[in-house]
Amino acid sequence: MKAIISFIAVLILAAIAYVGVDVLNMQYIFGVVIPYLAVAIFVIFMIVRILKWGSSPNPFRIPTTCGQQKSLPWIKYSKLENPSGVLGVLGRMALEVLFFRSLFRNLKTQLRDDSQLTYGEAKWLWAAGLAFHWSFLIILVRHLRFFTQQVPAAVQLVEMLDSFLQIGVPLLYMTDAVLLGAITYLFLRRIAIPQMRYLSLMNDYFPLFLIFGIALSGVLMRYFLKTDIVSVKMLTMSLVGFSPSIPQNPISVIFYIHLFLICTLFAYFPFSKLVHMAGVFMSPTRVLANTSRVKRHINPWNYPVHVHTYAEYEDDFRDKMKNAGLPVEKE
Amino acid sequence: MKLYDGGKILIGLMVFVGIATFPFYYNIGKVNAKPELKTDTPAIQAWEKQYGKKECVESKEYMRSEHMQLLNNWRDSVVRDMNRQYVSMTSGRKFNMSLQNGCLECHSNKKQFCDQCHNYMAVKPYCFDCHIQPMEKEENKS
Repeated sequence: MKAIISFIAVLILAAIAYVGVDVLNMQYIFGVVIPYLAVAIFVIFMIVRILKWGSSPNPFRIPTTCGQQKSLPWIKYSKLENPSGVLGVLGRMALEVLFFRSLFRNLKTQLRDDSQLTYGEAKWLWAAGLAFHWSFLIILVRHLRFFTQQVPAAVQLVEMLDSFLQIGVPLLYMTDAVLLGAITYLFLRRIAIPQMRYLSLMNDYFPLFLIFGIALSGVLMRYFLKTDIVSVKMLTMSLVGFSPSIPQNPISVIFYIHLFLICTLFAYFPFSKLVHMAGVFMSPTRVLANTSRVKRHINPWNYPVHVHTYAEYEDDFRDKMKNAGLPVEKE
Repeated sequence: MKLYDGGKILIGLMVFVGIATFPFYYNIGKVNAKPELKTDTPAIQAWEKQYGKKECVESKEYMRSEHMQLLNNWRDSVVRDMNRQYVSMTSGRKFNMSLQNGCLECHSNKKQFCDQCHNYMAVKPYCFDCHIQPMEKEENKS
């Protein structure tokens, strides 16, 4: 049900763009106003979100550790699993962000018939997640060819490698196929596994359908329906040059659907679970070095507490203690 | 609002803004050269004189978005089926399926025709990996 509502929501979004451009001829709204708005919302509210996170104190070191902590020099310690300094954290974060190391440890826990608890490998989520994120990144980088006048060599290289197989015309991008496949898996996983279905919410399904819609509209536009791509670049270049204008040659409506879904994603991004893009860099269980023993960390929330020491206590009651025959430290 | 680990967070934010706004500052100071296609080669002018208008094998709009697919189909048709005859869907005229002796016969100005859009879009078709590039006279380059 949640999945169906999310699916319908994305259909409605696509329909809004279709009606807005094809029927009401609001090219300027959908081609200029909404993209600017979406990018502004994305950048501003991402910053707001990050500052909000940054303003909560980190009183304790709480990194998850899976290895020996640095202690005495002759005890071998685990630099990546239990980092003791900046370098270790950088290495750990690089592996986490680029290769999802912690997800690689994902296990399948099962109770066997003879009531033995067993753990098995479960790498599918990791593999699909990695395929999805990397494809998405490559697709994003590739799209820079629409936003740069002299397309940087790095972007052209990425594009060349992505279309390396030279299948069909226009050349098939491998990442297009990988992204669609991976996201289909990620969706089916939520539907097929009962526990996952129970846990999944609207805001899990909606981004999946939205990104699927973006990828599908892009694939349709590139390989099947086609549009005047030069006009598209004229539009995008006018946008990034802050002199927006809708090109004279009409751009087909599939482009505006693609664009509107992307704008939705951009505007939705800072308020959804997708902010894990920034959050991964700010999770205390990952980015903190385990220096609990080496350094003293003081809780910034601490307020001055009036302390009544034992010496003071004894000063107050020394006579009574002596009368009662209790030992005192100071005569 | 107090920021904890503010230095690191600000560095991160700067990196984020730098990446997110990359297209906005990358193009500053670069000439926004839009593609300008020239369709006034002698062959096209001769065609215009004979038939009264400029026309390609299909309509302009169709060629604009489908030419790569058309050329791919032509290649398959010629190489696999030995069929070199193309009948236009728009005019019903017959054309010789050939890049060098067809397309480039009229559009002999590759630099001012093909390359205009391809360079603009950073597309590198592999036509001329096999085919011979047309010889262009100096006056066509301008």
